Amino acid sequence: MGTRDCQHICGESSPAVGEAGKTGEWRDSFPQIDQEKCLPVRQNKPSCFLCWLYCPEAVMSKTIPIQINMEYCKGCGICAQVCPAHAITMVHEEGFCLNETE
Amino acid sequence: MKTNAVNMTEKEYLLPGSRTCPGCALSLAYRHILKALEGQVIVTVPASCLTVLHGMYPVTSVTAPCVNTPFASTAASATGLVAGLKALGKDGVTVLAIAGDGGTHDIGLQALSAAAERQNDFLYICYDNEGYMNTGNQRSGSTPLGALSGTTPILGKQQNQKDITAIMEAHGIPYVATANASYPLDLYEKVRKARTIRGTRFIHVFTPCSPGWSFPFSDTIRIGKLAVETGWVILYEVEDGIFRLTSASESIAKRDNLRPLREYLMEQGRFKNITEDQINELQGWVNARWKRCLDRAVNL
Repeated sequence: MGTRDCQHICGESSPAVGEAGKTGEWRDSFPQIDQEKCLPVRQNKPSCFLCWLYCPEAVMSKTIPIQINMEYCKGCGICAQVCPAHAITMVHEEGFCLNETE
Repeated sequence: MKTNAVNMTEKEYLLPGSRTCPGCALSLAYRHILKALEGQVIVTVPASCLTVLHGMYPVTSVTAPCVNTPFASTAASATGLVAGLKALGKDGVTVLAIAGDGGTHDIGLQALSAAAERQNDFLYICYDNEGYMNTGNQRSGSTPLGALSGTTPILGKQQNQKDITAIMEAHGIPYVATANASYPLDLYEKVRKARTIRGTRFIHVFTPCSPGWSFPFSDTIRIGKLAVETGWVILYEVEDGIFRLTSASESIAKRDNLRPLREYLMEQGRFKNITEDQINELQGWVNARWKRCLDRAVNL
């Protein structure tokens, strides 16, 4: 799939994850899921999934438990707002940098 | 069975790591539009935030084929794509022309009007963030009265927006609808329905813009819902001349609890210099349109 350093000359773009780079580096706070409150986990069956529905970046997984792709999550906080069980809180990054931990 | 968050398809056509701002309502709406079309689509896009979302050559964040077209010619390019598909004998592929409010209300209106008059068989979606957001928040034909923008930075805009959905409905096209990124299931259903109809179809999608309207990223959904609850946006569809309120607007009409427009305006930094007279004028405009919709709706 296409990457920014692709030397292949062609007339069209190729689809790839991370077109704008690791967009997780943009965020100043990240969503943290409290699994004890999350409805699909509590009921142990597919339900709710509103965070998945409303995520503009499609970084939430539709699984039990729900996983978040932190490499690309921009930290907008919509998931924390729409969660009916208030299971998601936004936690400040506090100088945490993605590159240093890799 | 009605679609909900649990039974909706998991397949994504919009890949993570795109160039949009955090909390972008366009990104959310586009994700569901592409889901509803199940990849059987050719997209044509003029200069807009959506070209930014599609990304820089040679990489794109969208798995659907897309044509980038000049600003004024979105509908003309869709007409060409429809003709090309017909010549190749390809059925079952939807041509989706999707432009912002600048590319629809202002620059692209002539081409769109001409295509609607010819009844060319494509789906046109206008995503409305009420300004030229991608180039620095200049005023457009959709910017509301009193809103600050890049080109109306002190007093705010002195004219109200035009009702593009009514303009398109006047063309007598088979399907016209309004939707809102904060109600993705309603948007999904409308795109699914529009997909099965032949002729020019028009959907107006309201997409709150956090940087342009000055509200926090996380409030995108809340502002969009507030717009519907105060009547700034009315969710409806007109199918062969039959007008139906849908989703939240239908339940608000049944309960008769429209909230004051002030609540919506005060949440946004772009209305910080709005005067009382302007708020009253906007409220009057909203009330008149709400009454027209209640009178027309067949499902109340």
